[in-house]
Amino acid sequence: MKVALFVTCLADHYFAEAAADTVRLLRHLGCEVTFPDAQTCCGQPAYNAGMSREAARMAHHTMDVFADCEAVVLPSGSCATMVKRFYPRLAASNPAVQAAALADRTFELGEFIVRRLGVTRLGDGLAGRRVALHQGCHALRELRLETEPAALLEGAGAEVVPWAASDECCGFGGLFSVKMTDVSAAMADRKLDTLPRVDCVVSGDGGCILHLDGRSRIRGCGVKFVHLATALWRAVDEGVGDGMAERDHGGRHGRGNG
Amino acid sequence: MSARIGDYATRSREAIRNHPEVRTAVTGATVAFDEKRRRAYGEVDADLWRRWAEAVKNHLLTHLGDYLVEAEARLEANGAHVHWARGADEAREIVLELASRHSVRSVVKGKSMLTEEVELNPALERAGIEVYETDLGEYILQLLDEPPSHIVGPAIHKTLEQVQRLFADRLETDPGGDPDELARAARGVLRDAFINADMGITGGNFLVAETGTVALIENEGNIRLTTSLPRVHVALVGIEKLLPRMSDLAGFLQLTSRAATGQSIGCFVSLVQGPAAAPGDDGPEEVHVILVDNGRTDVLVHEHAWEALRCVRCGACLNTCPVYRQTGGHAYGWVYSGPIGSVLDPGLLGLHEAMPLPFASSLCGACFDACPVRIPIPELLLAWREEAQQQGLTPWKERAALAGLANVATRPPLYRLAGRVGTRLGAARAARKLPMLGDWSNDRSLPSPSPRTFRQLWREGIK
Ligand code: SF4
Repeated sequence: MKVALFVTCLADHYFAEAAADTVRLLRHLGCEVTFPDAQTCCGQPAYNAGMSREAARMAHHTMDVFADCEAVVLPSGSCATMVKRFYPRLAASNPAVQAAALADRTFELGEFIVRRLGVTRLGDGLAGRRVALHQGCHALRELRLETEPAALLEGAGAEVVPWAASDECCGFGGLFSVKMTDVSAAMADRKLDTLPRVDCVVSGDGGCILHLDGRSRIRGCGVKFVHLATALWRAVDEGVGDGMAERDHGGRHGRGNG
Repeated sequence: MSARIGDYATRSREAIRNHPEVRTAVTGATVAFDEKRRRAYGEVDADLWRRWAEAVKNHLLTHLGDYLVEAEARLEANGAHVHWARGADEAREIVLELASRHSVRSVVKGKSMLTEEVELNPALERAGIEVYETDLGEYILQLLDEPPSHIVGPAIHKTLEQVQRLFADRLETDPGGDPDELARAARGVLRDAFINADMGITGGNFLVAETGTVALIENEGNIRLTTSLPRVHVALVGIEKLLPRMSDLAGFLQLTSRAATGQSIGCFVSLVQGPAAAPGDDGPEEVHVILVDNGRTDVLVHEHAWEALRCVRCGACLNTCPVYRQTGGHAYGWVYSGPIGSVLDPGLLGLHEAMPLPFASSLCGACFDACPVRIPIPELLLAWREEAQQQGLTPWKERAALAGLANVATRPPLYRLAGRVGTRLGAARAARKLPMLGDWSNDRSLPSPSPRTFRQLWREGIK
């Protein structure tokens, strides 16, 4: 299958290796990966701020860029939700059909692997790892990816340790973390304070990781965060033995940045 | 409780920094309530119940005029008196007029957010009438002269130690008294209040149009007494609280209880059907129902916000809300706090008055999943945000920045250039100087960008 990667702004600049791992993973699963170079921002910052005219302009640009793609995959539950759930709303008064069509062909990475390709066992490269899963709000409550990410991690041999606040918002919320910075930080604290002892926290959303990791580092929590794409590529690429436990987002970034 | 919402950001900061005990108490209680709610939803086909409840309320709201007329006729046929209050002032005047007509000196009250909304207690006190809140949480807050912080658990922000100290001080209980002892002490005071009260004032969870029945759910029995012991019972009911038929009530009582406290139904359900049938029978001599608008018809005609009128005030959205949990309700500045407050307050008070509440959310969506009547709170927040942007109620720099983003993001070469410049050339350092990001970077370590962007990696070829 031909798959277009929609890398998203954050992954392009802050999780470049996780984005590269997405490509590796998709190729490993037999997909031919393309990268339409004209892609930009999905428009979610404007949409969440209530600037729907601006968001609609960005949505139309994105719809044009990916118009002819068979499938579009994003290493982000939040941006995938923007395309799948919010573009049709935005486009209601405009080219609604095009938005709906793109929504149907667009997937968050884990969603694509489990729902579209029907794969849950990628390899056992995570055997023996204790991980906690941060369920991003959009992936969980908009895309309803309630079991998919955990199934993929467990399928790779990881122990997904129960975490009371696993499905609780980390407090990022884009503009929210800027406007309501104290509440946003307190929300991250609740996540960190309830975190069980694990080798790392896995999340499919770079925004959540930047926020939680930033808070964790300033508090000296020493928690390690790994992007879902990197964790899943580890599952396949088990030969790379240095493991994700040493993947400290806060230090100098090695492979799998994040 | 008069609204003072504007400084939400400051108040929430103060709550988090200076009152860690509030955060601990609120988080503990709401997490427990939320777990009970989830369990109670799991026992039934909650999705189906919620869709049904949504449909019933939508039907009601689209035929509200007819059902209000029907409710009035049925209430009067039952021997109750019906009053219409357009605003808070009219609601207060009606109660004061009734109090003076019946020479009321002492009032007992059941917990009612609507009476908070219309600021009834201060008006009664100004008229020289003694007011006793009889819900335990409300009673605690009355002693402290604080407004409720949660629509179901008004004193949810208080710790046991705080109540122990308060009661030791005021009711001379043992400073280490357990919750049962504290409740007993309050009951002692309130028993006298019930016996001496000339008037009982309550809200109403539901008003069944078909039968003219006011329904009240509770767990302490104080509402049962408030509605039956004093000579006069006055119920203030928001016009959106109607239900079409008696058969709807059964479902709503159960669904609301499950959502609010995880119970299959509240310990007490009082159905107020009118005054005592004959002298000497149980029940008040007179029952008055005040139907209050106070901004609700404005919300009803709003393109989006009308959906918030389905609210049954169960508090489930507050309990599940990670934003509410950090501060409790007082930070929001008005009687309705949490997710429902953030979408209802702009409708009831006007958007300008309620800023910045539509932005006091990370849009995580947990509230929608909890809401028994499926109010799409995140969508309503976005609708209010859009209105706020259009009315220029947000910082112009923010609007300019987002308009700039749209301009750049629709021009790929410019976008690529901006991305390179932005993250490569010391954006982290620059960010600290930006007015909007200053606070952000105080509370978090700023991330360092990847050594090479994905675009670079892609061009070089990914192995
Ligand atoms: S909005 Fe929904 S969840 Fe919140 S109080 Fe109202 S009915 Fe309950």
